[in-house]
Amino acid sequence: MFDVIVIGGGVIGGCVLRELTKYRLRVCLLEKENDVCMGQSKANSGIVHAGYDAIPGTLKAKFNVLGNKMMESYAKELGVKFRNNGSLVVAFSEEEKATLSELKTRGETNGVEGLRIIDKDELRSLEPNISDEAVGALYATTGGIISPYELTIATIGNAMDNGAELFTNFEVSNIEKTDDVFTVTSTTSEKVSATLVINCAGLQSGKIASLIGDEIGVNGRKGEYILLDRESGDFVSHTLFFTPTKKGKGILVTQTVDNNILLGPTAEELEDPDTTTTANGLDFVISKAKTMCKNPPLFNTITSFAGIRAYSDRHDFIIEESKTVKGFIHCAGIESPGLTSAPAVAEYVVKELVGKNVSLQSNETFNGKREPDYFFKNLSTEEKNALIQKDPSYGKIVCRCEQITEGEILRVIRENPPAKDIDGVKRRTRSGMGRCQGGFCQPYVAELLAKSQNVPLETITKKGKNSYLLTGVTK
Amino acid sequence: MKNSYGIVIIGGGPAGLAAAISAYDNGVKDVLVLERDDRLGGILNQCIHNGFGLTRFKESLSGPEYASRFIEEALARDIEIMTETTVLSLTADKRITAINSKNGIFTVQAGAVILAMGCRERSRGALNVAGTRPAGIYSAGTAQKYVNIKGYMPGKRVVILGSGDIGLIMARRMTLEGAKVLAVCEIMPYSSGLKRNIAQCLDDFDIPLYLNHTLTKIEGEDRVTGVVVSKVDENKKPIVGTEMHFDCDTVLFSVGLIPENELTKSAGIPLSNRTRGAIVYQNRETLVDGIFAAGNVLQVHDLVDFVSEESELAGASAAKYVLEGRAERDTVEISAGGNVSYVVPQMLDKNASGHVKLFFRVTNVFRDCTITAKCGEKVLMQKKKKIAVPGEMETLILTEKTIAEIDGPITVSLEVNAK
Repeated sequence: MFDVIVIGGGVIGGCVLRELTKYRLRVCLLEKENDVCMGQSKANSGIVHAGYDAIPGTLKAKFNVLGNKMMESYAKELGVKFRNNGSLVVAFSEEEKATLSELKTRGETNGVEGLRIIDKDELRSLEPNISDEAVGALYATTGGIISPYELTIATIGNAMDNGAELFTNFEVSNIEKTDDVFTVTSTTSEKVSATLVINCAGLQSGKIASLIGDEIGVNGRKGEYILLDRESGDFVSHTLFFTPTKKGKGILVTQTVDNNILLGPTAEELEDPDTTTTANGLDFVISKAKTMCKNPPLFNTITSFAGIRAYSDRHDFIIEESKTVKGFIHCAGIESPGLTSAPAVAEYVVKELVGKNVSLQSNETFNGKREPDYFFKNLSTEEKNALIQKDPSYGKIVCRCEQITEGEILRVIRENPPAKDIDGVKRRTRSGMGRCQGGFCQPYVAELLAKSQNVPLETITKKGKNSYLLTGVTK
Repeated sequence: MKNSYGIVIIGGGPAGLAAAISAYDNGVKDVLVLERDDRLGGILNQCIHNGFGLTRFKESLSGPEYASRFIEEALARDIEIMTETTVLSLTADKRITAINSKNGIFTVQAGAVILAMGCRERSRGALNVAGTRPAGIYSAGTAQKYVNIKGYMPGKRVVILGSGDIGLIMARRMTLEGAKVLAVCEIMPYSSGLKRNIAQCLDDFDIPLYLNHTLTKIEGEDRVTGVVVSKVDENKKPIVGTEMHFDCDTVLFSVGLIPENELTKSAGIPLSNRTRGAIVYQNRETLVDGIFAAGNVLQVHDLVDFVSEESELAGASAAKYVLEGRAERDTVEISAGGNVSYVVPQMLDKNASGHVKLFFRVTNVFRDCTITAKCGEKVLMQKKKKIAVPGEMETLILTEKTIAEIDGPITVSLEVNAK
């Protein structure tokens, strides 16, 4: 029996879960996949938005600005890489320049600080590879970048370190409430009970809501991306947006916290969205990147991918307690700027919505600090050598491209939330995220997983379920 | 382990081994080889098929057999070898920082460095192939490692994209292990693999090769369930309406090899954008003093026999550099002319003695053609070919006498003979 069940192991579920562990509550997280962070939190732009985009008065505007202010220290405490690189909304015509002034005013109304319109010359000095056609930009100095999966995994890991329980491969199929207790059942008939349930199910949040009879319209918007090698990492240093027009927002061109260059996303609203990439989508990304910048180094492409962002038919976040079922809280339709907003949303949900239902008593033993998964690189040579002497596995490079050691991989298989498959190791350590895309390290990582879990190699998966790497032994 | 060595070689595969032996035999007795894997031999260890050594040893060896000849030679000399040691950085003044479990992170100073890091496979990601990202997508070399080293099968029904040699070899290997290889697709009108591999790996097993075809979609959520293959037009764009669907659980990519030059770049050594390897003189010295490069890190070879030959040259040159220093150069550039994609070496030092063998590839399939090395209008060397293909490296030799006559840049080009 738990006090609170959180459904959905994305960034919202993760931040909410962690926030709950600050109080004396028994909490758990239900995740339908083999690992946490398997939905939109793993495949998005990783932008910490300044907050000029959201319509004043919306939840998006409120939580974006709050979340932006919280993010740096939040990330630091959790050992998550964050960089305040600044965003530039680039105008390509006088008409677009007028839109920049509107955005600036909107941002100021929302409480965004450090907004400034810059001219062509200043833009060029900030971003030498910007297109010659660009005429100016809105410079949002508080814009930043973060690794969304690192943040999600860190919040959940830290919550687990503080007592939260994680159930993976738990796909919710039924929710019942009897005598003020919710019983949540999985497709494999596992049951978990609690006094409160928080729906953070992302793309599935409409479906989860329907299990208690609430109607929330949540749809998916597909976005395709192209990722470039770190070798081209200094191609741009800020996050470059197109000026939003009636035709849409275009794509962004940004550095990532790991010094890759990310191009995308497309925005395709689909009935039944999937994460396939398409030739048309990737061509669109390429053509837009070429409009934004001179000669984007596309020859350094290392991968392309697609993610689905959930959005609600209200076109704002839905953060509220069910009107019909007391104790059931929705965090639904959390699209961009959801990542930025997550810490602020979590604080609000726990203090206001959970606090309304149960009394919140501080958990004195809560420790919000977490050592980063990807920590080895940050050590000095002396520290690294001391560690290698104690644990020689830190002297063995497994992933050549990203220079990730065996010690780092074994650590994420061991620690919260434990990596159970190849992609889980990849998201935690970056092993396999480099230019060879796991060509060299995958067999090695698979063996480390099999050995640590004491299972045969052919049971190791890429990402749980039936994603087996191997089909058997040789003759 | 010492703090400094006459010659440090990065990589203990076929290139590094041949370079080490040659450096030692040419008089430098403190040679260190740094190898990231747990054993010497490099990629040859997983190439258990035969056909290696036909040129060099006049017999057909397996990869491990070919490697072992060099490993034995290296071990017979007083050459220091460190395995499971990864080089983290290299500077232009020849300081190498590396890591292993025993020594931690350490730095050594080299009198000369030989780069012998080999190459890596281009991945699916680099091609922007549309579709999903399930399990069951491998580069051919990764699949080869699973099968030949680990003893596991990466799949049962296989489609291969790219007809590079490793892809062809794996088509046969997977078939022999009981898998069904449904198709090998090649976007070009010709295979980039060796003719003998097309015959022995595909034709002998009735595996269809689809030229002018590419993969347009990968399907499957958890594991690959199928692929769509389309014919391409002359601009390599898929032609709508030509889609073929294959039910398969595995896709192998054999779409090119990329020299692994991250360390080279970190040391500020200029690379050729044609080969993606360092720009070198005929002695395989890069444009940074005392740093040499040989084997697949310099140019992707078809045959290991030529890797050994090139690496021996680099080893001997590095030894000469350490023992004698280097005399003043008189440099001319060598470049690729019409129908030739690259030439190695790119720089010729006229003051160096001996003949120079030029290695290059042609850009397409040509029949009844003439390959010419020219200096201005002067023909230096010429040879006629019945057929020249991009998949097979070409060579031309400039004799010492010819080199003496050179007074300007050299170009190598191919012309189709008039009928």
